[in-house]
Amino acid sequence: MSPTQQNQKGKPAKPRAKSGAAAKSVTTRQQIDAVERIEQIATGVRRRVFEHTLKHNGGYLSQALSASEIFAALYAGGMRLAPCKRPLKPGRFAGVPGTSNNYRSGDRFNGETAPGLDRFLFSPAHYALVLYATLIEVGRLQESALSEFNVDGSTLEMIGAEHSPGVATTTGSLAQALSQACGIALARKMRNEAGRTWVFMSDGEFQEGQTWEALAFAAFHGLSKLRAVVDANGQQCDGAMSSVGHIEPIIERIRSFGCDAVEVNGHDAGALKAALAEKSDKPYVVVARTDPAKGLEVMARRAPLLHYVRFTSDSERQDFEAAYQQMVGAS
Amino acid sequence: MSAASGQAVISKAADPVREMVSRPHSENFIAWSAKRPEVLVLSADLTSSCEVGKWRDTYPDRFITAAMAEQNMLGVAGGLAREGFVPFIHTFAVFIYRRAYDQLAMSVAYPNLKVRLLGFLPGIVTPGGVTHQAIEDVAIMRATPNMTVLETGDATEVESMLDAMEQVDGPVYIRVLRGEVPRLFPANEPMRIGQSRLLNQGDDITVLTAGITTEEALRARHAFDRAGVGVSHVHVSTHKPFGDDIIEQALSNARYGIITMENHTIVGGLGSAVAEYMAERGIGRRLVRLGLRDTYAHGASKAHLMHEYGLDSAALISAVESLIGESLGVSEADLSSARTDAVHSEAKAEAL
Repeated sequence: MSPTQQNQKGKPAKPRAKSGAAAKSVTTRQQIDAVERIEQIATGVRRRVFEHTLKHNGGYLSQALSASEIFAALYAGGMRLAPCKRPLKPGRFAGVPGTSNNYRSGDRFNGETAPGLDRFLFSPAHYALVLYATLIEVGRLQESALSEFNVDGSTLEMIGAEHSPGVATTTGSLAQALSQACGIALARKMRNEAGRTWVFMSDGEFQEGQTWEALAFAAFHGLSKLRAVVDANGQQCDGAMSSVGHIEPIIERIRSFGCDAVEVNGHDAGALKAALAEKSDKPYVVVARTDPAKGLEVMARRAPLLHYVRFTSDSERQDFEAAYQQMVGAS
Repeated sequence: MSAASGQAVISKAADPVREMVSRPHSENFIAWSAKRPEVLVLSADLTSSCEVGKWRDTYPDRFITAAMAEQNMLGVAGGLAREGFVPFIHTFAVFIYRRAYDQLAMSVAYPNLKVRLLGFLPGIVTPGGVTHQAIEDVAIMRATPNMTVLETGDATEVESMLDAMEQVDGPVYIRVLRGEVPRLFPANEPMRIGQSRLLNQGDDITVLTAGITTEEALRARHAFDRAGVGVSHVHVSTHKPFGDDIIEQALSNARYGIITMENHTIVGGLGSAVAEYMAERGIGRRLVRLGLRDTYAHGASKAHLMHEYGLDSAALISAVESLIGESLGVSEADLSSARTDAVHSEAKAEAL
């Protein structure tokens, strides 16, 4: 399935961004480097998640296939975050907030906060492996940490909570991050801070009423520094979103709530970079159209059940193994 | 039957009620907020109903209308609290814990954020019926980790709840009385978290009350005196963390048994907390739990509902009689007169 085939009418729609950002020609060496850097990170993320899925006979692989460029674009300059001086070591689980003095927020992997810097909230927590892989690729998390994924006592939980690397809020129950981001953005607006508040979301979250409550709130309160990026991969637990519940036309719906929305090909690093950099005086949502089987033909064969991969036979596992070798060889 | 004995200090509670306070939260909260710029109010279209209309007009920049969207409001409150503000959510209790529980648990309680959840219309105080009557909120909030659970029983507690809550570095849920509220406790004896009030002392029966049931139990005080029944009466304002010296002593000393009276279902609230407390300490006494007996209620006046569901002083007398095994020969005339709240009152924004 191509990312461009997921609009409501089912016919290919040309990915577009406001002001023709997607089509903007990349000219300078610096810009080319920046786009290449996004692609490089995305490739690394995809490879790490794939490798992990093979090793553990399962995982949230389609989320990496669809969202690698989005995470890469956010962490490679789309967001203004303070750097981590070195890749940080994830601590072991040390208790939940309120009961342990040793509790530490996973937000420290996003760097020190400052009024002029951005914040990042991670909404669909089952993308955790993709986030951890991204943090490794951008030098915020130790490479060895991935071996602790979903291991008892580790903070690299399968569905992360706010002690997990890169995670600032606990949002495994979907659609809760955007409301919390509204609160953070409102607080920052009251303090006249220049920094923006970003939320990474999945398209399935637009089935939750809370998302629409939050968008209405953001527009009403003029939260112009609130920004959301949506991995619109058209997939959810039960299968293709179009078979479960419509959210389209998502762009028009978001706009009708008083927010700004642009559509972009979520695998086009240059287009993503441009869309993230767009200025807006409204709450701004980037809807990144993506393919949950991007670059992996063996994955596409599993459609429509792509939400979680678990190999059902040796031959399927071998097919994925072969595809992995091909991917490693190609990159 | 023995007379009262022991070392505990007995608080003076007014009986009959001599002072009614109109809208105790309104002005008090305005004054309290003056030097606390971090304090915000979040409202979901029940601003005047929750006595913060004047607060909104006094501090418009700190008043955040969340519209009728409680799930989002709980998340916004969490975000604001993460940034160092102290959001005070004002709405009817049912809309906090019923409508937005997942958001309450994950966006406020789990991260242990300093959000104040002011739940109005606790239990059957409202003729608004089942949709507006918070009858299982204490149970649900007690079961919520990190949550401190409080309840106001008079105007003094409404006025002092803000200071009491301030020390808690985490979420607090409190059942708030509004409109015409009796003053039972001296204005200079504020609510303190984890400290119940001993209103009477006796060795035969211990009665624990919270919220509006305290006034109801006070109505029976003279009848017990005349009948020669020694009753310890403990007023509870902290449902969680539950238990203190006054409670422990009063439970241990009750010769015939213990009675709880709660404006709530008897499942999971004060009666359950007392049962857990007794069982863990091996206090082997009978326990009678007065409250809604695992049922929803309906829309009618407070007095009518308290009688219908066995939450009034007459129900308390019956419970005492069942524990001691004899009739006290008490008539309605022996009970202090009941106050009747006007359904339409200047002190309320609507007739709820």
